[in-house]
Amino acid sequence: MEVCSAVDVKCIKSNSTLREFGCEQSLLSRPDGSASFIQGDTSVMAAVYGPAEVKVSKEIYDRATLEVVIQAKVGLPSVKERSQEQCVRETCEASLLMLLHPRSSLTLILQVLHDHGSLLACFLNAACMALMDAGLPMSCLFCGVTCAIASDGQITMDPTAVQEKESRAVLTFAIDSTEQKVMMSSTKGSFSVQELHECIALSQKASENIFKFYRVSVQRRYSKTL
Amino acid sequence: MKDTPLSNCERDFLLKAIEEKKRLDGRQTYDYRNIKLRFGADYGCCIVDLGKTRVMAQVSCELVTPKESRPNEGILFFNLELSPMASPAFELGRSSELLVKLNRQLERCLRNSHCIDTESLCVVSGEKVWQIRVDVHMLNHDGNLMDATSIAAIAALSHFKRPDVGVQGDQVTVYSPEERNPIALSIYHMPICVSLSFFQQGTYLLVDPCEREERVMDGLLMITMNKHREICSIQSSGGIMLLKEQAMTEITDLIMRALENDKKTRKEGGKCGFAEYMPLARITVNTTDDTSVDMTGPVVVISDSEDEEDVVILHPETL
Repeated sequence: MEVCSAVDVKCIKSNSTLREFGCEQSLLSRPDGSASFIQGDTSVMAAVYGPAEVKVSKEIYDRATLEVVIQAKVGLPSVKERSQEQCVRETCEASLLMLLHPRSSLTLILQVLHDHGSLLACFLNAACMALMDAGLPMSCLFCGVTCAIASDGQITMDPTAVQEKESRAVLTFAIDSTEQKVMMSSTKGSFSVQELHECIALSQKASENIFKFYRVSVQRRYSKTL
Repeated sequence: MKDTPLSNCERDFLLKAIEEKKRLDGRQTYDYRNIKLRFGADYGCCIVDLGKTRVMAQVSCELVTPKESRPNEGILFFNLELSPMASPAFELGRSSELLVKLNRQLERCLRNSHCIDTESLCVVSGEKVWQIRVDVHMLNHDGNLMDATSIAAIAALSHFKRPDVGVQGDQVTVYSPEERNPIALSIYHMPICVSLSFFQQGTYLLVDPCEREERVMDGLLMITMNKHREICSIQSSGGIMLLKEQAMTEITDLIMRALENDKKTRKEGGKCGFAEYMPLARITVNTTDDTSVDMTGPVVVISDSEDEEDVVILHPETL
């Protein structure tokens, strides 16, 4: 299936810049928490339902059951979506205090609105924003950062789809807000141990910017107190 | 997850209010909720807000072999998705009655009304035609999904552009958007669906029911028409008997409204903006510009003692 993109090859992005962010919280009326997150042209919408009643077959006696659903834009969910779901679920499970809601279900639905590179990172950021909006207790926040390593070893932060395609390896990390440690990593392609360390260090640096953005967003949101 | 049931008190209250010609959101009987259209960066991507109901449509295309019975006609395919995002009652990958109903109605609305020139989608007769696929995702369910879906689908189809193709002998070349400008679909007219809900065995009638109203209604009448005042399809459900006159007078009344919608759709379509529309004035919204990460400084490679050991172990293996 082909989707013709109206966005032509954008002006060359500098390697060290993160594209502009944008987020909107509680934009949907039905879910308990919702957010949309935009990184450059990549855009994702997230919705959270829960804690709510859980199916008996999925019930866990001492904690909540988290279900993550990723909806592709075109066609049925494929293996790629399933693996991304797993990455997001494991990150959320690590940060959510699931023991506080035993025998209940949490559902996180992520809808791709536009994919223009660094999609998994955008999923993670949207998920964190939606979980915050739903007011679920978390031990820490998390953010997603994607790095691409070009064939000459040059590392690009927050690559666009074109840069991802041209690169030798693409690495996505979930970084936590308290100690800036890696919560999840998803890699594609080949790279050396040194490069991995460099990417992690850069992602940790980049995460500071993202957490700053989170903070400003939340501050802005609660700026009008009753 | 189950949907929250509607209590008897709420039900009675709603019906009483409708009897008094009042609606929960302060609308009049024939008032539509506000419609907002936004187009995405991709061609053929459209998000429609109908009040709080939100629907996204994405059109895509593919070269396929045509049906044997119609060798020189392109194929239209509709895929509706009741995403659990819209309502907790929607389950993933299960086709419910509602889904079948919506899908069928959308097909009747867009395919059977012949609003799209399918013959222009033919590349090589009997061998290669374009299949146009419309994926509709429900993002938020606050009633009247059908109207929102029909508006989103037709708006997305009008926005969509397919790649240009060249035929030389037996060879079919598909040109990328950089090589040749993509081509828009030829659309004859825009059918738009209008839903009417009936209460108290058809005594009361409301246009564009919201989710609460949908739950207490007795029947639903969906009329699809275009701006030339032609009716493309009528579908009534809920098992109530309609008087002929009642339907006809409502239709004439509604033509104007459907027209208005159509105009609105066209106007928005003409603008063809594709940037992300963020309502910047809201406090729930925040944006930043590009931020740069300092890469020049000495990159601190976090290496614990364990890592060092790992490296040492790695070496003999590679050797």
